[in-house]
Amino acid sequence: MPRIKIEDLDKISKKVKRTVILREGAGRAKITVHMGTCGISAGAREIMSTLLAEIEKKSIKDIILTTSGCAGLCSKEPMATVELKGEAPVKYIELTPGKIKKIFNEHVLGGKIVKDYALAKGSERVF
Amino acid sequence: MLCAGTGCVSNKSFKIKEVLEKELKKQNLQDEVLVVMTGCNGFCALGPVMVVKPDGFFYQQLQEDDIPHLVEEHFLKGRPVKKLMYTPPEEKEPIPKMMEIGFFAHQRLIALKNRGLIDPENIDEYIARDGYKALAKVLTKMAPLEVIEEVKKSSLRGRGGAGFPTGLKWELCRKVKPKSKKQNTKYIICNADEGDPGAFMDRSIIESDPHGVLEGMIIGAYAIGANNGYIYIRAEYPLAMERLELAIKQAEDYGLLGENIFDTGFNFDIKIQKGAGAFVCGEETSLMASIEGRPPEPRQRPPFPVQSGLWGMPTNINNVETWATVPSIINRGAEWFASIGTEKSKGTKVFSLVGKINNTGLVEVPMGTTLREIIYDIGGGIPDGKEFKAVQTGGPSGGCIPKEMLDLPIDYERLAEVGSIMGSGGMIVLDEDSCMVDIAKYFLQFTNDESCGKCNSCREGSEALLEILDKISNGKGEEGDIEFLEELGQAIKDASLCGLGQTLPNPVLSTLRHFRDEYEQHIKHKKCPAGVCKALVQYFVDEEKCTGCMLCAKNCPQDAITGKRKEPHTIDQDKCIKCNMCYEVCKFNAIQRK
Repeated sequence: MPRIKIEDLDKISKKVKRTVILREGAGRAKITVHMGTCGISAGAREIMSTLLAEIEKKSIKDIILTTSGCAGLCSKEPMATVELKGEAPVKYIELTPGKIKKIFNEHVLGGKIVKDYALAKGSERVF
Repeated sequence: MLCAGTGCVSNKSFKIKEVLEKELKKQNLQDEVLVVMTGCNGFCALGPVMVVKPDGFFYQQLQEDDIPHLVEEHFLKGRPVKKLMYTPPEEKEPIPKMMEIGFFAHQRLIALKNRGLIDPENIDEYIARDGYKALAKVLTKMAPLEVIEEVKKSSLRGRGGAGFPTGLKWELCRKVKPKSKKQNTKYIICNADEGDPGAFMDRSIIESDPHGVLEGMIIGAYAIGANNGYIYIRAEYPLAMERLELAIKQAEDYGLLGENIFDTGFNFDIKIQKGAGAFVCGEETSLMASIEGRPPEPRQRPPFPVQSGLWGMPTNINNVETWATVPSIINRGAEWFASIGTEKSKGTKVFSLVGKINNTGLVEVPMGTTLREIIYDIGGGIPDGKEFKAVQTGGPSGGCIPKEMLDLPIDYERLAEVGSIMGSGGMIVLDEDSCMVDIAKYFLQFTNDESCGKCNSCREGSEALLEILDKISNGKGEEGDIEFLEELGQAIKDASLCGLGQTLPNPVLSTLRHFRDEYEQHIKHKKCPAGVCKALVQYFVDEEKCTGCMLCAKNCPQDAITGKRKEPHTIDQDKCIKCNMCYEVCKFNAIQRK
C-alpha cells in the first residue's frame, strides 16, 4: 500500500462505500459476524464457516460476508447482523450452524426476517 | 428529531444538525424549533431521517443542500416539503427496534462508536467512518497547544481509574524542557494492561476498533511533542494484540505512522510491548520499569512520569479508553463533549457488566447514569428472580455499593464518596446468594497474590487481612476483629507506595462500611446469612417441602442423605461435606442452608 495524503481519506471513504455499503450499490445483502473474543469463544468461527460454505455451495457473488468486533451483548453471542439492500440491519442472537443456515436461506436469500432468532432491527445510538 | 443511530450518523446526520441549526438561526427560529438527536427508528436505509413533531412529518435521505429550502418552506412558511417526505409502510414482520431493547436504548457510544460496524482488520473501513480525519485536522489546522487546550476544555479525565484531567497531563508533559540537545526524546504510552477480574473494556475497544486507539495516540503525541510510543498490552489478549499489530502495520503502510506523517514533517512510531500478566504492571511506574526490562516494581512519585518517565524521559501515559475518546473530541469539539455527563465528570464511560446479571456485556453510558439504570434497564436485572444485593465497581481496588444506593449517579466523585472507585470500569453484580465476607476475601486473595512485595505494608498487610477474613469465615472470628481490620486497612493505605497497596483494603473497608452487620453475624452468631461460608452453614431438609423424590440422595457424593421414597429425607451432618449439590438439584426448595 502506498502512503496516503489527506485528500485520499475521502477517496478511500468513497471506495469503501462502493464496496461494502449496500446503499452505494455494492451487493444485495451484507452479513456481519461479530467476532470479538466473546463471540469467538461462543462459536462465531463455526457460524462464519457455515456461511462461507453456504455461499460457496450456491456460488453466490453479490453477498458481502464480513466480520466485526463484539456487538456489546456478550451473553447472547454468537451474534450476526444481516442487512438487505434498502432495509434496516437486523441483529440475530444465540446462533448455531442450524439457525444461521435458516437465516441465510429465509432472510438473506428470501427476504423474510426469521423472527424467532432476531433480537431487533436498526442501529445503536452514538453521541 | 434527527436520528443519531450509527447508520444515519455515517450518512452525516451530525452535519445535517449543524446546517439545520445554522439555517434556523438565520430565519430567527432557533427559539421555536429545537433540534434533538434521537435513537434509531429502524429506517437506516433511508438515513439520515428526521421526524418533525408534533405533526410527525417524516423526512428521509436528507442532504446538506436540502436544508435551507426545508427550513424556509416547512418551518418559516409552514409548507411541508413533499419531495423529501416519506410514509413508512406497514410492517410485514414486526420485530422490536434496537431502541426498544433496553440494553441498547440507554447506551451512548463514543469510545465504542464503531463497535460491531467495521471490520477491525481493515483500515479503509475505519477511514470510511471518518477515521484519521481528526488527525488530519490536528496536523494541518491546529498548533500543539491548541490541541491541548481543546482536550482541556473537553474536561476529559483519565479512564484508567484515577480520573486525572487528560489535557492537564498532556500540558505538563509538553512543558518539560529536554535535558539536553541529545536527550530530547519524549514518550507516550498506552496502558492496555487491563487486569481487574471481570473487566474487558479495553480488550474489547482494541478488538473492535484498534485504529481509534492509534489515532488518539498520534494526536496526543503531536500535542505533547513525542516521537515514540508504546502500547503495553497483556499477552493473554491474543486477538486484541493481533488486531493491534495489523492496525499498526496498515497505518505505517499508509504513512499515518512513521516519518513525515501526512507530509507535515511530524514523526511518530508505535511499538507493542507484551506484558506477562502481572497486575502491578497496570501501575504506571511499574509498567515503565517492565518496558525497560527491569522487575516491575513501582517507585516513589514524584518525579511523575511526565517529568521523568521511560528511560528518564518525559512520558505521558493514558489508558486505552482515554486514547480512543480523543478523535471524537477533536472531530466534534470540546463543547460537545463537555455537554455530556455531570458537573465534574464529562463524557461517557465504558463498563463491563458481569456477575449475577441477565445481560452480561459491554456498555457505554453517559457519566451520571444511575446504577439502577445500568443494572435494571440495561442489564435486565438479576437472573432467577433473586434479589440484588450489591455491585462491586473498580475491581480489586474498588468497593461494594449496596442496594440502598442504587440511585447513585455514577461519576468519579460519587463513587469515591461511597468508598468505591470508578477504576477502569469493571462492574460485578452480586445477588442475595453472595456473602460479603467471602467477596472481600476473594479480592484480597487476588491482591495478595499480585502484590509485588516491595512495600512491607502491602506484602504483609494483605496477608494479615486475609488471615483475619479467613478466621471470620471459618467461624473463629472474635470481638475486636472488625476494628482491627479497619485499623490495619487504614495503615496499609497510608504506608504503601503505589495504587495497588493504597487501594487493596478497599474491598474490606467498603463491605465493612455497608455490610457491617453481616460481619457481625459471622463473628458473634457464627452464621453466614448468604449460606456461603462452609464452616458456618449446615444443610437441612425442610420436611414439609420434601416430597421424597430421592433426587438429592442420588446426587450426594458422600451418601449422606437417607430416606425412603415419598418420605422426607434426612442429612447426616457427620458425612456432609457441604458441597451444595443437594441444594442445587432439589426442585422443591426443600434443602435449607442455615
